[in-house]
Amino acid sequence: MFKDKKTRNDLILGLAVIILAAGVWLASELLKEDGAFAVVTVNGVETAKYSLSENAEIRLESENGGYNILIIENGKADVTEASCPDHVCVDQRAVGKTGEAITCLPNKTVITIEGPEEAEVDFVS
Amino acid sequence: MKTKKVAMLGLTIALAMIMSYIEALVPLSFAVPGIKMGLANIVIIFVLYKIGTKEAILVSIIRVILVSLLFSNVMAMAYSIAGAVLSLGIMWILKKTDKFSVIGVSIAGGIMHNVGQIIMAVILLGTEQIALYLPVLIITGTATGVVIGIVSGLVINRFKNIRL
Repeated sequence: MFKDKKTRNDLILGLAVIILAAGVWLASELLKEDGAFAVVTVNGVETAKYSLSENAEIRLESENGGYNILIIENGKADVTEASCPDHVCVDQRAVGKTGEAITCLPNKTVITIEGPEEAEVDFVS
Repeated sequence: MKTKKVAMLGLTIALAMIMSYIEALVPLSFAVPGIKMGLANIVIIFVLYKIGTKEAILVSIIRVILVSLLFSNVMAMAYSIAGAVLSLGIMWILKKTDKFSVIGVSIAGGIMHNVGQIIMAVILLGTEQIALYLPVLIITGTATGVVIGIVSGLVINRFKNIRL
């Protein structure tokens, strides 16, 4: 009986902490800031940077002759068409929050969302 | 300090160091970067329950210093000490309330170890963004805390009739 009460308290403690952490996590996901730029990186080299505030349709050429069609619409970036066989990048939903990314491994193309410039200050130095 | 106690503490410190070594050999970081099993906490909890609070503090601090010097660096020592102090502090408080079993105490210890390290990282690196990683570490800390708590409970039970 006494032992059961302690086990119950353990359970309450564990569940409370997990619910709290999950709540904070969810909140931080929801509060993610809207990004300002879509940065295109091909084979590790930054090739282009597009503002998310202007709608556009861009054909991204990759080094192996392939391509990805990048659509920027309503502050979000989406890949709607690609030459790659797996189409993972096409299946991914549109991204618009800072830090989100669309990756196309076959074409070695990554589209990352970045916030306004001042976010890149290095605090360590 | 009695000779018996000196020998006992030496033994437990050695055991805690071996646990840290085993943990370094089997990294869990492939799943979630930065997570640890907290095997050494089995020893710390054992000392806390079977020997005493002061001794647990002693074993914990000495373990952190020795392990940092042997397997990592002085920078890592700052993180580990912050984690160890906070972890042991909360475990001592929860044990004192006598409202939780070893598992509950272990869960709290596992979580606070992560919290301490994140606080230290925020102070040393000056970037609050690291704190966003905390919810993930708290959830994994709870999971490892349950496992470590069950094991610790088994060990303590085996020593039920043995006075140390």
